[in-house]
Amino acid sequence: MSTIAIEAMPSAGAMSLRRLFGAYLAEARSECLRYLRAPGFLLPVMLFPTMFYLLFGIVIHQNAQGDAARYLLASYGVFGVMSPGLFGFGVSLAMERENGLLTLKRALPMPPGAYLLGKMVMAMLASGVIAVLLLAMAIGLAHLPLDVAQAVCFLATSMLGVLPFCALGMLVGTLVKGQGAPAIINIIYLPMSFLSGLWIPLPLLPSALQQIAPIWPSAHLQALALRALGMGHAAVGSNVAVLLVFGVVCFMLAVRRLRRLG
Amino acid sequence: MTKPVEVIASLSGAIKRYGALTALDGLDLMLHRGELLALLGPNGAGKSTAISLLLGLVRADAGQVELFGRDPQQIDARRRIGVMLQSASLPATLRVSELLRLTMSYYPTPRSLEETAQLAGVADLLPRRYAALSGGQQRRVQFALAICGRPELLFLDEPTVGMDIDARQTLWVAIRRLVAEGCAVVLTTHYLEEAEALAQRVVVLGKGRVLSDGSVDALRSRVAMTRIRCISDLDAMALMQWPHVAHAEREGTHLHIHSDVPEKVLRRLLDADPALSELEVRRAGLAEAFTALTREDAAEREVA
Repeated sequence: MSTIAIEAMPSAGAMSLRRLFGAYLAEARSECLRYLRAPGFLLPVMLFPTMFYLLFGIVIHQNAQGDAARYLLASYGVFGVMSPGLFGFGVSLAMERENGLLTLKRALPMPPGAYLLGKMVMAMLASGVIAVLLLAMAIGLAHLPLDVAQAVCFLATSMLGVLPFCALGMLVGTLVKGQGAPAIINIIYLPMSFLSGLWIPLPLLPSALQQIAPIWPSAHLQALALRALGMGHAAVGSNVAVLLVFGVVCFMLAVRRLRRLG
Repeated sequence: MTKPVEVIASLSGAIKRYGALTALDGLDLMLHRGELLALLGPNGAGKSTAISLLLGLVRADAGQVELFGRDPQQIDARRRIGVMLQSASLPATLRVSELLRLTMSYYPTPRSLEETAQLAGVADLLPRRYAALSGGQQRRVQFALAICGRPELLFLDEPTVGMDIDARQTLWVAIRRLVAEGCAVVLTTHYLEEAEALAQRVVVLGKGRVLSDGSVDALRSRVAMTRIRCISDLDAMALMQWPHVAHAEREGTHLHIHSDVPEKVLRRLLDADPALSELEVRRAGLAEAFTALTREDAAEREVA
C-alpha cells in the first residue's frame, strides 16, 4: 500500500463571508439566549443594583434633590454595570474552562473571537437592561428630571462601560478555574465598588481613600456616567483613556493566558 | 496495483511533555481517508494527548502535526473535522435544535438539521433543553454535533460511555454509515468489543509510543493464546507443568487453562479425565491481546 500526502487545497474548508458572519451571529444569539434563560445568572445581576438603588438611592434619600439624585443614579448605574461584565464574563469563562465547553469550542471550527464576542454582546445587553431599569426608577420614583439626550447618553455609557469590566472578568476567568471564580469576583467587585465611592460618595470617605480612588476603573466610569447625566464639566478624555488602557491591558493579558493554557 | 491511500492527518515524531511527564514520546501516526481507526491504550498511554495535538488544542514540543496538510490550529483545516470529546458540558438552557444550529453555523456546508437528527437518532429530542436529557441522550446530542458539519474526519473520544446497549448499537450503525460514505473516524474507547466491532485498523499506544498498528485480526494473532474452560477434578498445579500450558487455575468446579497449542493440551486433557464436562475453547479476543501487549510493554521497560 503506497501512501500519498494530501495537498492543502485552498478551496476546501473555505467559508463564504455570509456564512462566517452568520456564525458570529449564531454564537452571540446562543450566548444571549442561554443566559436569558438562566435565572441563577440573570436575577442577581438585575436585582442587586435595582434593589440597592431603590433602598439607598431612592427610599433613604427621599429628599435628595438635583445633583444628589443624579449622583446616586450614576453610582448605582456603575455598580450595576460592573456585574454583568465581571460575572457574565469571569464566572462563565472560569466554568467553561473547567467543564470542557471551551475545549470543545476550540476544537470545533468556531471562528476566532466568536466566543468572546458572544459574551461581550450578552454583557452589553444585560447592562443595557440594567441601565433602562434604573433610568425608569429614577424618572418614575425619584422624579429625576432627565432629558432624552441625557438618558440616551447614560444608556450608551452603561453599555460601552461594561467592556473594561468584561476584560477584567475575562482575566480573572483565565486565572481561576471553576467554582472558585464567583468568590474571587466578589472580592474584586464589592471592595472596588466601595472604594470608588459607588455606595458612599467619595467626598464622604477618608481622604486616603479619596486619593487612591483614581486607580479603580469604576471611579472613571462613574465620572463618565455623571457627565452623561449632565453633572460636571470636567473633560472626560482622561477617564475614557484610563478605561480604554485598562480594558486593553486586561484583555491582552487574558488572551495571552488563554492561548498558552486554554 | 494497490490504490494509493490519501493521508489526511498525521503525527510524526511528536513529543509532548507535561512537566516531568512525557505524554508522547516520538509518536508516529497516520490517518487515511475513509478508514476507521481505533486508538487503544491504558490510561496515561497518550491517547488524549495525541487527539489534542491533532485537534490543535495543544502544541507539540517537537515533531510534526498535520491535519489535511495544514497546521490543525488553522480553522480551514478544522472545518473538515467533527469532534466529540470525552467530557463537555454544553449550555444547559439551550434546546437541542439550538445547539445543533449553532454548531452547524461553524461549517461551510453542513448537513440539514433533519438529516443530522435522523442520523444521530436525536429527532425526538430536538425541542428539549439539554439539561433535561439523560446522560445517554446527552451523549447522542454530542454525537449529532460532531457529525452535523459533514466532516471528512471524525474524532470520537470514548463516544459510548454512559450509553445503554440500544443507544450504543444505534451509534455503531451511524458510525458504520458515515464510514461507508467515506468519512474517516478516529475512535478511542475502553470497550474493546467496540473496537472489535467497528475498527478496520487498531493502534495500541503505551507510554506515548505505538505498541502495535494493524488490523484487528493482526493484533489478535499477536497473542497466540487460547482459553480452555471445563469442569474437571484435575489438579491445576499439576497442569501448569504440562507442555504448552501457559497458565492454569481452579475456580470452584471449573478449570481455566491458557495454551498456545490448545489441540495438544486438549487431547491430553480428555485422556487424563474421562469425566471432564462443559468444555469451552475460545480464541483470545482483543481484550486478551491488548492486556498481553500492554503488560509485555511494562515488563520490558522494567527490565530495561
